[in-house]
Amino acid sequence: MIRPQDLLHPRPEGLYCPPGDFYIDPTRAVDRAVITHGHADHARAGHGAAFATPETLAIMQVRYGANFAGSAQAMTYGETIRRDGVAVTLVPAGHVLGSAQAVVRWKGLTMVVSGDYKRRRDPTCTAFEPVQCDVFVTEATFALPVFRHPPDTGEIARLLHSVAQFPERSHVVGAYSLGKAQRVIRLLREAGWDRTLYVHGALERLNALYEGFGVDLGPLAPATGASKAELTGQIAIAPPSALATPWARRFPDPVDAFASGWMRIRARARQQGVELPLILSDHADWDELTATLAELHPGEVWITHGREEALARWCDLNGLPARALALVGYEDEGD
Amino acid sequence: MRAFAHLLDRLSLTASRNAKLTLTRDFLRETPDPDRGWALAALTGSLTFKSAKAAAIRAAVEARMDPALFAWSYDYVGDLAETVALVWPARPGANRPPELSEVVEALRTAGRVEAQSLIEGWLDALDADGRWALLKLVTGGLRVGLSSRLAKQALADLGRVPLAEIEEVWHALAPPYGDLFAWLEGRAARPTADAPGRFRPVMLAQALDEAIDLPKLDPADYAAEWKWDGIRVQAVSERGERRLYTRTGEVISAAFPDVVAALTFDGVIDGELVILRDGAIAPFGDLQQRLNRKTADAKLMAKFPAGIRAYDLLLDSETDLRALPFAARRERLEAVIAAHGSDRLDLSPIQPFADWDDLARLRAAPPPGDPRAAEGLMLKRWDSAYLAGRPKGPWFKWKRDPRRVDAVLLYAQRGHGKRSSFYSDFTFGVWRTDIGGHPTLTPVGKSYFGFTDAELKQLDTFVRENTTERFGPVRAVRADLDFGLVLEVAFEGLQRSTRHKSGLAMRFPRISRIRWDKPAREADTLDTLERMLAAMGG
Repeated sequence: MIRPQDLLHPRPEGLYCPPGDFYIDPTRAVDRAVITHGHADHARAGHGAAFATPETLAIMQVRYGANFAGSAQAMTYGETIRRDGVAVTLVPAGHVLGSAQAVVRWKGLTMVVSGDYKRRRDPTCTAFEPVQCDVFVTEATFALPVFRHPPDTGEIARLLHSVAQFPERSHVVGAYSLGKAQRVIRLLREAGWDRTLYVHGALERLNALYEGFGVDLGPLAPATGASKAELTGQIAIAPPSALATPWARRFPDPVDAFASGWMRIRARARQQGVELPLILSDHADWDELTATLAELHPGEVWITHGREEALARWCDLNGLPARALALVGYEDEGD
Repeated sequence: MRAFAHLLDRLSLTASRNAKLTLTRDFLRETPDPDRGWALAALTGSLTFKSAKAAAIRAAVEARMDPALFAWSYDYVGDLAETVALVWPARPGANRPPELSEVVEALRTAGRVEAQSLIEGWLDALDADGRWALLKLVTGGLRVGLSSRLAKQALADLGRVPLAEIEEVWHALAPPYGDLFAWLEGRAARPTADAPGRFRPVMLAQALDEAIDLPKLDPADYAAEWKWDGIRVQAVSERGERRLYTRTGEVISAAFPDVVAALTFDGVIDGELVILRDGAIAPFGDLQQRLNRKTADAKLMAKFPAGIRAYDLLLDSETDLRALPFAARRERLEAVIAAHGSDRLDLSPIQPFADWDDLARLRAAPPPGDPRAAEGLMLKRWDSAYLAGRPKGPWFKWKRDPRRVDAVLLYAQRGHGKRSSFYSDFTFGVWRTDIGGHPTLTPVGKSYFGFTDAELKQLDTFVRENTTERFGPVRAVRADLDFGLVLEVAFEGLQRSTRHKSGLAMRFPRISRIRWDKPAREADTLDTLERMLAAMGG
């Protein structure tokens, strides 16, 4: 009898596969790592060999330089590599550009490590692809019924309404530099905002990378160096850490916006001094998490990081065996 | 409901007054009648519901979802209305979401049981923001930081009319204010202001600039009186209707039944609300015990007996006196007060003076008694009509020179809006000796103004370079005997406070000078402040 924990189990470095001798998204440097996506807490530098989608490898190269791993092997979506009887396939996760679920098969057992994922449409990456499996390893970042992300079109409409309402100010949207920033830009373009968007320097290389993979971001200009008059009535995109810093003083009376799933909670917005919270998340919300589990109906659910107890409770109520892996090192905040 | 919910959402996260005005004005412009009128009533506190008890709302949500998941959610969010708004399960096939006016009209006639079922039906139909606004409304606490003063300013902006005109008609109007909006949008004449007991817009004074103004003014043209240290009120007793208003037209009658009971005259008096004991005004701190309360019980009223010191008379029986000269109004005021005979109402005496130097001496050294605690002097032209707002010339306030101390900067907090990238709210302290006999700094106040933009930049840099600890948006800065930034703080008064460790609180503290030159160890001590307090009769 093959048990799932014989195929994958948690170690201090991360989720480990003994028969294939590799880790998935390890938080420390290891010999062999399969990497689901480019966010820093999942993709770190220094592995002996890194396996990931071409997009994720490109992101790692931009962030860590050419020598980010001893060797890098690109796996396109659907491509399978085998090692000692273990087959690994990467399929789209819908989280950010290049994000993938790792489908691990061995002796008739299928386990899916979904990494971070979402189910709704994202114009900057390939949509999540459900894979039938015995064990589904899920994230739980927003696994509380309070997190139900509204439609992104409504959030972008609120931003544009505010821009029209306060033409004498500029709007600075805090957005994580990988994924969220480009998605906000793309959504603005889809909503008809074709004016130049001003961007913080920290976003420039990733924006160029997205463009290189065919995501058209439209006219962009550096915010640094632009005059106050030029920035009046305009929208700028910056990493959240740049809001309310001396960098932000270049903007005329800026409206601080923040694009994040955490903005659903008013106290979070208030604590961070956010005037215009935009509820835009790259993670599955409560309804997406539970709908995914109901759709896949795996034999077992493993929960990696976030609010494990609430999702485990839901599984319990819905007759799905579940266990929390208590993996450490994945950030709660990166949305 | 959707637009109202978005307005509440934006207001609750916006600190800037101008932004609040824009948001409110645009909402009032874009929202149809009667929804905008009900929204205005809810925002200004003219409409409150206590239709729903928190416990009933909680029970309703727990009947719809797993209580354990609800408990985790509530624990995570921390606010019941917000949690329920977020977790309330969508019900397929629910009715269309209600408009604000439907909610208001239904709840006004519904009993408690019926109200609960109505609310649950609306929660089924609304989205998360709509549910949040509904729950805020029905549990009786919008608390989004919009004063009714600001709402009236937004109305004035909407109709491009002076604020005083809104104030003049406001208390003759009732929600949902169809006639008000018709006037502001030029579709009808101004609604009548004639309602007994209504508010009359208050006349305010310009600050006197001694060097510029005094040489141009003839002392014979002006009456002088003390500027008493209470809060400015308008006491109305008209055709059987008695009300007490603040100077912005908020009704505060319920908190001052002792004062309202004493309004046995027939007319409208402009005066200072104070605590009166044996004909003398008590320190402002005593009055604070009575402010910001909904009601007052007999014990509180006995301990802090409130009254009015009268400045002016706007209405005498049925006669509007506002167009008459101050001298004529004053004569009739004296007659009204003399005929009145209650110790809850007395007259602010006119101070005779020969010339400006004479008056300056009086201001610098008030005689013993309650003038010692006055904020300064008022100058009023004998021939001045009572005009709404702050006209330049007829009235001046000539405040006493502020008190000053040198304090040491202890903490700085990031500001809001334009100042969100600056550490702009400063907490400062003075020296005292701790139980071990060592000098230690104790906080005595907080201020976010008084400095120029250039000085703010310097202060911000100082804070960033000398941070010792961070607590969220607050930084502690280095402050000890050998190092620290001395701030000269000007303030209007001192009072006892149990909320501050130092036992003292300053009124209107502001940073009057940054003493880059002064060593921290030479800043003032708590004893200095204690002596100032004693001299003020506190």
